[in-house]
Amino acid sequence: MGLTGKLSAAVIIMVFIASLFSPVLVPYDPNSIDLDQIKHPPSAQHLLGTDNKGRDILSRTLQGGKISIGISVLAVLISMSAGLTIGLVSGYFGGKTDTVFMSFVDLVLAFPALLLAIGISVLFPPGVLTVVIALSAVGWASFARLIRGNVLSLRESVFLDAAKAIGCSNARVLFIHVLPQCFPLAFAMAGLKLGGYILTEAALSFLGLGVQPPDASWGSMISTGRVFIRSAPWMVFPPGLMIAVTALCFNLLGDALRDKYDPARTGHY
Amino acid sequence: MTGYVARKLILLVPLLLGITFITFLLTKALPGEPVYSMVGERASPETIDKLRKEIGSDKGTISQYAGYLNLILHGELGRSYYTNRKVSEEIMIKLPNTMKLAAGAMFIAVPVGILLGFLSAVRKNRFADRLISVLSIAGLSVPVFWSGLMLMLFFSLYLKWLPPSGTGDIRYMVLPAVTLALPSVSSFARITRTAVLETGLMPFVRTATAKGISKTRIYAVHIMKNALLPVVTVVGLDLGSYLNGAVLTETIFGWDGMGRFIMEGIIKRDYPVIMGCIITGTIVFVLINLVVDIAYSFIDPRVRINGTDR
Repeated sequence: MGLTGKLSAAVIIMVFIASLFSPVLVPYDPNSIDLDQIKHPPSAQHLLGTDNKGRDILSRTLQGGKISIGISVLAVLISMSAGLTIGLVSGYFGGKTDTVFMSFVDLVLAFPALLLAIGISVLFPPGVLTVVIALSAVGWASFARLIRGNVLSLRESVFLDAAKAIGCSNARVLFIHVLPQCFPLAFAMAGLKLGGYILTEAALSFLGLGVQPPDASWGSMISTGRVFIRSAPWMVFPPGLMIAVTALCFNLLGDALRDKYDPARTGHY
Repeated sequence: MTGYVARKLILLVPLLLGITFITFLLTKALPGEPVYSMVGERASPETIDKLRKEIGSDKGTISQYAGYLNLILHGELGRSYYTNRKVSEEIMIKLPNTMKLAAGAMFIAVPVGILLGFLSAVRKNRFADRLISVLSIAGLSVPVFWSGLMLMLFFSLYLKWLPPSGTGDIRYMVLPAVTLALPSVSSFARITRTAVLETGLMPFVRTATAKGISKTRIYAVHIMKNALLPVVTVVGLDLGSYLNGAVLTETIFGWDGMGRFIMEGIIKRDYPVIMGCIITGTIVFVLINLVVDIAYSFIDPRVRINGTDR
């Protein structure tokens, strides 16, 4: 993995740690309202200023990171497991199973992702769980498609013939021999998807369908800040910058992992 | 070719039936009933009953769906529960707005994206390539609603060059079009770079080089023509998602298009609006795919479209 990959991983770990330990690190309670300190610009007391309810923006940005990243990681775990299962079954058994699963995947991929996520999140009461469901329901399809392709090419390899020749059951071949070969690609995809999920989560919360007040998420902070953009422009900078940096690092890391593990893409890249 | 186009258009019918039915069931599954948001929760039971009869929500799901299909067959999409305006007429206002915005964004994204990707491929692994690659990943990582706000903050509120929001002439269009174009520029640049590099490895490029054709001509004519195919696919995909509503961009800049229309419909549970937008969106999507397919056959004669080939 190149320097960019390593650097991105380092930044991601830093953001993770900062968000995880935010209750200890931040100077103020992220949800405590102080009506004497409304919309103060950045100062020594409040490093990033305060918002329309006098809450410390630095504290809220860190807390928002915990929620945003938590949602994205959970959604990636769910969609990766679903995508791995369906991709494995579809690619390994082929035939009608494959046709049915893949037409469903095509259907999901054909819709504009954000619109689909909005549609799904309206079905449930707004909140953290709803965002996780919406993200996973849209995201599993690209995992399934990628893994299926990988399994199709693995199916032709000699070591699988050997495994079957010595009498391994289908389940054993799938889980002991094929599955581990799919992990690198799945992890590369997970990196890219995490970048995308951070953005989609922010968009859903921005539209008011995701994380609800008083809890902060990066998206909902921008949504509030947008209203006060004339009187307190500093409200929208930190959360937007954090989304951009985190998503960028996940994307770079995903790219680096893919270049490393995807045999079809090495060489001329 | 005509046969192929006709067949694709006929396939629209079952597709629309399927999609409207699924959407119909989904809207039924939405929590909350539109009647309550129309009259408020304190309305008398009689008013509510009367209104239910009026919009037909007292009947069973299947007969409601049949009624809706009947309406569509008469060229209608129903009326909005809130404004009581015809959905078809509203869409006739919003769709052109969205098309204008999409055209503006593509006008920026296509040339800039292809040029950057091409430059990146020609200068592979040099400084320019590295810079463009990182910038294009960055372009895909910045949330559009934030970049939109930043542009608004700088050009409208600080420099006061452009109006911050609203629908109107070209001055109103610049900021939303640029915002919408940013992620597309990045993805076009990435896909062009890949395509140019992959085409560069083809035997016909080696032949052309051996024949003594200049490097400029090889890149500009031989490689570019062959590399355009995947680019056209991505342009079509992005155009499809623009026309289905750039929800975020339209929300931020107060652009009166399809994205804001469907978003408001979803939030207010305005079923006729949601259904109308989805039907329009599906038709637009299929038409764009059709145009992309036809564009393929013009760019690459190997892709033949006719009655027997597909």
